[in-house]
Amino acid sequence: MPIIVRIPTPLQKLTQNQTEVKVEGSSIRELIENLERDFPGIKARLYDEDGKLRRFINIYVNEEDIRFLKQDATPLKDGDEVSIIPAIAGG
Amino acid sequence: MSYIKGLKCRECGRTYPKEPLYVCEYCFGPLEVDYDYGRIKTSLSRKKIESRPQNMWRYKELLPVDTQPLSGLDTGFTPLIRAKNIEKALGVKELYIKDDSVNPPTLSFKDRVVAVALSKAKEFGFNTVACASTGNLANSVAAQAVIAGFRRYIFIPADLELGKVVGTLIYNPVLVAVEGNYDQVNRLCSEIATRYRWAFVNINIRPYYAEGSKTYGYEIAEQLGWKAPKHIIVPCAGGSLITKIWKGLKEFCRLGLIDKVNTKIYAAQATGCAPIVSAIKEGTDIIKPVKPNTIARSLAIGNPADGVYAVGAIKESGGWAEDVSDEEIVEAIKLLASSEGIFTETAGGVTLAVTKKLVEQGRIPREESIVVCITGNGLKTQEAVAEKIGRPIEIKPNVASFEEKIKI
Repeated sequence: MPIIVRIPTPLQKLTQNQTEVKVEGSSIRELIENLERDFPGIKARLYDEDGKLRRFINIYVNEEDIRFLKQDATPLKDGDEVSIIPAIAGG
Repeated sequence: MSYIKGLKCRECGRTYPKEPLYVCEYCFGPLEVDYDYGRIKTSLSRKKIESRPQNMWRYKELLPVDTQPLSGLDTGFTPLIRAKNIEKALGVKELYIKDDSVNPPTLSFKDRVVAVALSKAKEFGFNTVACASTGNLANSVAAQAVIAGFRRYIFIPADLELGKVVGTLIYNPVLVAVEGNYDQVNRLCSEIATRYRWAFVNINIRPYYAEGSKTYGYEIAEQLGWKAPKHIIVPCAGGSLITKIWKGLKEFCRLGLIDKVNTKIYAAQATGCAPIVSAIKEGTDIIKPVKPNTIARSLAIGNPADGVYAVGAIKESGGWAEDVSDEEIVEAIKLLASSEGIFTETAGGVTLAVTKKLVEQGRIPREESIVVCITGNGLKTQEAVAEKIGRPIEIKPNVASFEEKIKI
């Protein structure tokens, strides 16, 4: 069973307007490599030139921020849900 | 006649049209309004501003609204109070309170940002507005948007103070209490925002919304006689207000409305949620998110979206940052009330307590001008102090009982 990834509006042009896609991967990093294979160009949007996740991107696994887990080495298992979300303002 | 060129990415500088966009589709950096300062400079002067009504729209050329504003027509131009009794208590020479605890219509600085957001939402043709809120924004959107005729969806953490829940529900919006903290509410709203064509004031309207906070900074400078103070202490949650106060002062200088910005700005947070303060103390510009645990719920944002810019502004100004315990927050709320007659919410307690700490540490010199930003009203967070201010003295309805119980 693959992992469900929710795609934010700014990236939906790359996913042919799909808001959710299904991808395999045993970690966030591997998942993004596989996303890149299916939707070329997406990796460069998520990682900067130094290979680090861009600082205004938040990634969640089952609603938990990966910065509280193992960053992009956070392991994934079948059925996990991943959300990619731009940082948003306070209130 | 518009003074706005469009939107621009704060990170990579790519430009975008004036639309309800908020994030750069290349690098995910936040978009910011790009003004034509040359044109603003030729049309805006101290005299022109002074001739206008005393509300936030007296600086309208510097706000991103092209049509007539439709909200917040009485918002802003709140008192800047010389606080003689606090000066004595803290042992400083010149201290002012910028008092948005009485900002109309809902008694917090959020009325400024919402006034801009709703005017812009109407320009864009939205008929529904929404927000994720720690309380003050909820109050403001619920109230101002009912006047402006929008449908309203408001999302809050389920454990919010009663005063902020009642102060929202009374305006009869759809109020959604999410099981989780503010950061979780925010994440959920960001996903909901992609599914409906709503104006989420702090998501897709954010570049416009956030500009409203600049008026707080403009007013400080104007009310001090067109000059910037030496020190400003600002409460920080998402980090937007401090960033925009700094931007506002720099814009005033650029336009020649003040001569110079010789101001240091300081971030104030609660120890139970201090990611911006931690970054300053550790000398890094990487914000490590935290899970908030503090009575200052209006500042309880563990993952501050503008944290890196807050840190940047503080460093650029030569300022600093400090955090305080829940006990220090309550003591400072009581100090402000009992010495200046101002009842502020927990965020105001954070700011005054941090000011006291910075003065005691010698970070802020005692003889220089200080402005303390009080951004919300204490009637909304009564739980924080209710058990710590004593009880009324109960008597029978006769003079004997009065004279027995009350020692004069």
